Amino acid sequence: MAVVEAGSQFASRQAGDRSGRAMTVLIGCAILLVVMMMASLTVGASGTSLFQALMAWASGEPIELRERVILFDIRAPRTLLGALVGASLAVSGAVMQGLFRNPLADPGLVGVSAGAGLGAILAIVLGGLLPPALAVLTGMYTVPVAAFVGGWLSTILLYRVATRKGRTSVAVMLLAGIALGALTGAVAGLMVYIADDNQLRDLTFWGLGSLAGATWAKLMVAGPLIVLALAATPFLARGLDALTLGEATAGHLGIPVQRMKNIAILTVACATGASVAVSGGIGFVGIVVPHLLRLSVGPSHRYLLPISALLGAAFLLGADMISRTIVAPSELPIGIVTATIGGPFFLYVLLRNRSLLDM
Amino acid sequence: MLIATKINVSIGKTPILHGVNFDAQAGQLSAVVGPNGSGKTTLLKAMTGDLPYTGSVVLDGTDVKVIPGTQLATRRAVLPQAAGLAFPFTVLEVVRLGLTAGLGAQDRGLPQRALAHVGLAGFEGRLYHALSGGEQQRCQLARVLTQVWEPKRDGQASWLFLDEPVSALDIGHQLEVMTIARQFADAGGAVVAVMHDLNLTSMFADSILLMKSGHSVVQGNPQAVLSDEYLSRAYGCRVRVNVPPFHVQDAPYILPHMADLI
Repeated sequence: MAVVEAGSQFASRQAGDRSGRAMTVLIGCAILLVVMMMASLTVGASGTSLFQALMAWASGEPIELRERVILFDIRAPRTLLGALVGASLAVSGAVMQGLFRNPLADPGLVGVSAGAGLGAILAIVLGGLLPPALAVLTGMYTVPVAAFVGGWLSTILLYRVATRKGRTSVAVMLLAGIALGALTGAVAGLMVYIADDNQLRDLTFWGLGSLAGATWAKLMVAGPLIVLALAATPFLARGLDALTLGEATAGHLGIPVQRMKNIAILTVACATGASVAVSGGIGFVGIVVPHLLRLSVGPSHRYLLPISALLGAAFLLGADMISRTIVAPSELPIGIVTATIGGPFFLYVLLRNRSLLDM
Repeated sequence: MLIATKINVSIGKTPILHGVNFDAQAGQLSAVVGPNGSGKTTLLKAMTGDLPYTGSVVLDGTDVKVIPGTQLATRRAVLPQAAGLAFPFTVLEVVRLGLTAGLGAQDRGLPQRALAHVGLAGFEGRLYHALSGGEQQRCQLARVLTQVWEPKRDGQASWLFLDEPVSALDIGHQLEVMTIARQFADAGGAVVAVMHDLNLTSMFADSILLMKSGHSVVQGNPQAVLSDEYLSRAYGCRVRVNVPPFHVQDAPYILPHMADLI
């Protein structure tokens, strides 16, 4: 923990109080996010000077149709969706790590994303078999809701399997994640034989993880779920902090532990389900972002959760920009970018936290 | 006043406590002693609701099961035996968790005062992980004191439940921590402490419950409980209880005999 210790030395006015620094980092991340959103709107394969167009539009001058389409029909929903998905991935990672009291818990690694993916895959393929009346009723919400239910059930399953007497076994947690991943892969493979061509394209997109299909419609579907999950996090902060001391002690501090855990699980499921439904499995954001932030602002969830949301959003927009420029005019799935950054980072975290694996 | 009646606890199918009775009063330090595995900590965990039990625990006239958790947290704080921490919090951040209970939240300086009270002034910026075992124990005590800072509030006693509060401490800090507990009781608060060291218990406790194998042997004041006969029976070894001329309030002190193990 040498890095952490070195970090804690330049504490704010009051020794041991990192809230001043947290506010600075929060403002920094908010500015970074605004910059990334501007960049995301204007950087890409199209080659035109969209920044000037955006500035012109902002000052009320008319702009060309082509630029307007790229800016507002393609880039804007993609940027907003990227920011929301990035925020939800980072926050669900941070909440899950607090809930499991382990810095290695992440929805992508322990099978919550896989569970959500399973729900989504089933909804994509079997949704076509629903009676038309019912299909109209559930409409475009079928896939996100199925993903939410899949993520929710797998989080509950995971908690039941991996946590005994208030302690979480990392080994069991990761093994359960492998099992859920394998099951998802098997069902996805099976569904390939049932699916029609359109569904097949949707399924392929799942495995890779991408923001390429972002539309206003998708944003309308996933946005509310993600915003709902993000809105719940301020109510979790105190409870997750107290939970660091153990469930019994959290209870003695007046935290309604069981209710808080249920809300945390629902929040993770909601955020993961919604983001998996619109962007497939994008890995590692939930590990990288909270871990980096704990090094600088400390583990207090009061700051960790909101700053994770901001930095996660900025991080995913950055990864998305790389994914659509590095092989332009073609486009790399964003999951490849986040895995390239996150894989080695995760190995580094593992090296630093090997003792946690003995639990 | 706390009255625990006929407390039974089983873990799995193994019965751990067999109908233990215990009572504690405001203004007193009530200790629970007994050999390893006699059920001291189990009794404390039952009374604080951490373990399922049968029997009843009544706090100031109300069964603790019906007092809402948030309300209980303003009147009662619990210091567990071992307190690991999942993430790298600073000492100040740990002690501030004691403000979670609410009412103390107006006083932002309370954590610092509590740290100074347990002899950890200047430790605020240190990482909890980097502290020694004894420092961690005192840091947790500061957190618990922050939660129920006033021994008596609105005419009602605050309760401190301490599970072996001095087990990791050297002799100087043992006295320091026990004095803090004593002062808390003298100011009208109530302290229930699971203790290992009989001599410290004798010096500081008003009332002692002696346990053996999940049963209560006897409860009473130190002079009554700390006798050759009771201690030999509970600990399974011959002990000699003495009262030295220089000692406080005729408190007995205990010497184990090397020979003649029963």
